[in-house]
Amino acid sequence: MINLTVNGEAHRWDGDPSLPLLWYLRDESGLTGTKYGCGQALCGACTVHVGGQAVRACITAMQDVADQNVVTIEGLHPTGDHPVQKAWRELQVPQCGFCQTGQIMQAAMLLQDNPKPTDEQIREQMAGNICRCGCYTRIEAAIRLAATGV
Amino acid sequence: MTYMFSKRSVAHGIQNVSRRHVLKGAVATGSLVLAAPLARGAHAAAAPTYATGAGDMPHGVVVDPRVFVSIAPDGTVSIVAHRAEMGTGVRTSLPMIVADELEADWARVHVAQAEGNEAKYGNQDTDGSRSTRHYLVPMRQIGAAARTMLEEAAAQKWNVKIEEVKAANHEVVHGASGRRLGYGDLAADAAKLPVPQIKTLRLKDESEFRYIGKGVPFVDLRDITTGRAIYGADVRLPLMKYAVLVRPPVVGGKLVSFDAKDALAVPGVEQVIEAQGWPWPSKFQPLGGVAVIARNTGAAIKGRDALKVVWDDGPNAKYDSDAYRAELEASVRKPGLAVRNEGDVDAALKSADKVVVGEYYIPHLAHVSMEPPAAVADVTDSKAEIWAPLQSPGGTQEDIAKTLGLPLDAVTVHMTLLGGGFGRKSKCDYAIEAALLSRKLKAPVRVQWTREDNIRHDFYHTVSTERIEAGVDKSGKVIAWRHRSAAPSFMSSFQPNVKNESAIELGMGFVDLPFAIPNIRCENPEAAAHTRIGWFRAVSNVPHAFAVQTMVAEIAHALNRDPKDMLLELIGPDRIVDVGKSTKDWWNYGEPFESYPVDAGRLRRVTELAAEKGEWGRKLPAGHGLGIAAHRSFVSYIATVVEVAVDDKGNIAIPRVDTAVDCGTYVNPERIRSQMEGAAIMGISLAKHGEITFKNGRAQQSNFDDFPVARIDEAPAVINVHIAPGQNRPPGGIGEPGVPPFAPAFCNAIFAATGKRIRRLPIGSQLA
Ligand code: FES
Ligand code: FES
Repeated sequence: MINLTVNGEAHRWDGDPSLPLLWYLRDESGLTGTKYGCGQALCGACTVHVGGQAVRACITAMQDVADQNVVTIEGLHPTGDHPVQKAWRELQVPQCGFCQTGQIMQAAMLLQDNPKPTDEQIREQMAGNICRCGCYTRIEAAIRLAATGV
Repeated sequence: MTYMFSKRSVAHGIQNVSRRHVLKGAVATGSLVLAAPLARGAHAAAAPTYATGAGDMPHGVVVDPRVFVSIAPDGTVSIVAHRAEMGTGVRTSLPMIVADELEADWARVHVAQAEGNEAKYGNQDTDGSRSTRHYLVPMRQIGAAARTMLEEAAAQKWNVKIEEVKAANHEVVHGASGRRLGYGDLAADAAKLPVPQIKTLRLKDESEFRYIGKGVPFVDLRDITTGRAIYGADVRLPLMKYAVLVRPPVVGGKLVSFDAKDALAVPGVEQVIEAQGWPWPSKFQPLGGVAVIARNTGAAIKGRDALKVVWDDGPNAKYDSDAYRAELEASVRKPGLAVRNEGDVDAALKSADKVVVGEYYIPHLAHVSMEPPAAVADVTDSKAEIWAPLQSPGGTQEDIAKTLGLPLDAVTVHMTLLGGGFGRKSKCDYAIEAALLSRKLKAPVRVQWTREDNIRHDFYHTVSTERIEAGVDKSGKVIAWRHRSAAPSFMSSFQPNVKNESAIELGMGFVDLPFAIPNIRCENPEAAAHTRIGWFRAVSNVPHAFAVQTMVAEIAHALNRDPKDMLLELIGPDRIVDVGKSTKDWWNYGEPFESYPVDAGRLRRVTELAAEKGEWGRKLPAGHGLGIAAHRSFVSYIATVVEVAVDDKGNIAIPRVDTAVDCGTYVNPERIRSQMEGAAIMGISLAKHGEITFKNGRAQQSNFDDFPVARIDEAPAVINVHIAPGQNRPPGGIGEPGVPPFAPAFCNAIFAATGKRIRRLPIGSQLA
């Protein structure tokens, strides 16, 4: 039996302890804001926060999040108005939107660790998150905007 | 020969002239706009009077406010979006057009997503960059008709003439008395009125537009940024089962046997069953294989990894992309089927002072939208319900009905958002897979394609070799142009033994070359397909524009000319290029030539705009270079100037991109910008990285490690998009035409920076 907290709520899992957290969130818990893009930690679509770090849920086993605090896009901000989310809307960053919850979770953690990142640091920290639609210049601008206040 | 209007009408074999004419007569009024609107006082406006190919698409256009608009008593206006949202903003832009003519306040508009149902909504194929082009006028007419009905209802209520009242900002006002009624108060009465004749409608004057040409924030923005937006795999039904399939690794192969013992031992796996497949080619029918059914997707994937399967690889077992490349090269060095012929190319090449020759190779590509295909189906003996990200929801309804043997109206296709499409999701094999499994299991099923499935079993972008020979006379004028293009056609996914490119593919930047050269010949040597070919964003424009626009720079270099000046000289004097006179069965993106001619003047102006805004010719630091390319596709004109900086290890940075767009009338400029930004990134991906190779019939790549796409650290520092004024012209496409000019402009810039000419994509390690 694995106990964990997701977005402030107690969860328990008594299935396969090696199940990737991604599928627990999406299929077992209905938290579908976290996306599947590659399953191999190559694209960042599944990015969530675990214990104050951005992690790829697709390669994180349930047994590794026992007793941990998991935050998904649904729990990032109670009304969806985290500065990163607001900046994303201000600049109309998304196209299809599929990668964007992962991008936002990655960007939120980046700013938590480094509230005034340089452009170089933004590119470095966001390089694990693919956007096939190609919203990169706006992602960069939105992170700068979030850092300076929306 | 009658020929193809839409990619799907090809699929459906709709090549029947009488059927076209029936369609045209019955429902195409939306596209055949009427030149004589009823003049009504000072507000009479000339309706746009251009024809489009919308009526020739399967099921044509439906112009009916009762289908698209409803108004609640509280005044909320619901407008139906009947096309697929995959990131272009169409789900916002089309309803916004209706709202504008309706004089609705956007803050009180709700967008309702249509299901797949073309009998009701008209054509829904969201590809070919057609949505705004085909629906600007019909959506305006729908809004104007609804507005007129509201005005009529108010006039009757007040017992005044309709000319005395005017709808504005969600209410109807009687000017003389100052009386006013909100749309919510009028809706019930308006709904009882007959829909006015299209030809009597007063369309707004451009100066009255509230939203058209200006734009509004797109409707899904909040849901996307909060994780509430629903894509195909986000649909959950009670008692739903989760399925992952293993499919034949070679197209045309089939299942021999499988051993499910280890798979069934995986915790959470419930069943392992054979999945029905069709022989190749079979349009969009599934490949078949084995399905692992589990309590969640993770368990299904793990179960699949444990499966042991034996395949018969079939006729494509030897497909090898290196060997095939050699075949294509040999083909373009020999004459092929002449598909455009002007003057005498052979004689002109013989007489030329100099012949510049370029051979270009553009490999297979996979679409890799961030959302891999996924679909949910709930099928019983008498009906089917599907939820999926689909570019062709109407076609999917038809294909599922046919596959299951159900009447069309027993199949409901719900359209989720698409996490990217790029042409892959025009093919509904994944939805058919889900439907078949649901029927077999008598339970709702979600089929999830893994990224590996997505890359190994795509309908790939074609692979092509392009050879151009350009003859130059003593005075430095280009007098001859022979272009040979050899590439397997996407028609090979619909029928066997296809050897030549279809009219659609030939029409994409090949036979429609807009250059002022007296002797032109385009030839298409044969090329047979050995895998599933489909259409990929911008389709054959990608290889054709790469070859043509690289060749222009090669000629410039050979003649010691500026590449931009060379390009402008080849585009030549402002004129309409009559491609049809030297090309049999020329396909003009399905559009009538009169509305959408090949206009050399527009291509010139957009080239000049990109050059001016991109400060062509400016002084650059060492290691930097500028490249330019211009291309007409999807009846829009795009030119791009790219600046690169290449270091001594061959790393490429992109300080700046300037893209100029002439798409005629534009509706939502902010989403045009985002499409052009995205096109640049997709251009970077395919120029630097994109390549699917085959060995023993199998695609060699499987995920983003071996099929990389551009990441943020490769993105341009700045992408400037310059939209040319064009509100007096018919609208052109936007989703695709930004892609073709990018790769050649980028590679021309690399040449300017390094002297290294890229003739084979991807660049990969060619600069290292
Ligand atoms: S799905 Fe986890 S990184 Fe791609
Ligand atoms: S917005 Fe479509 S993948 Fe990023």
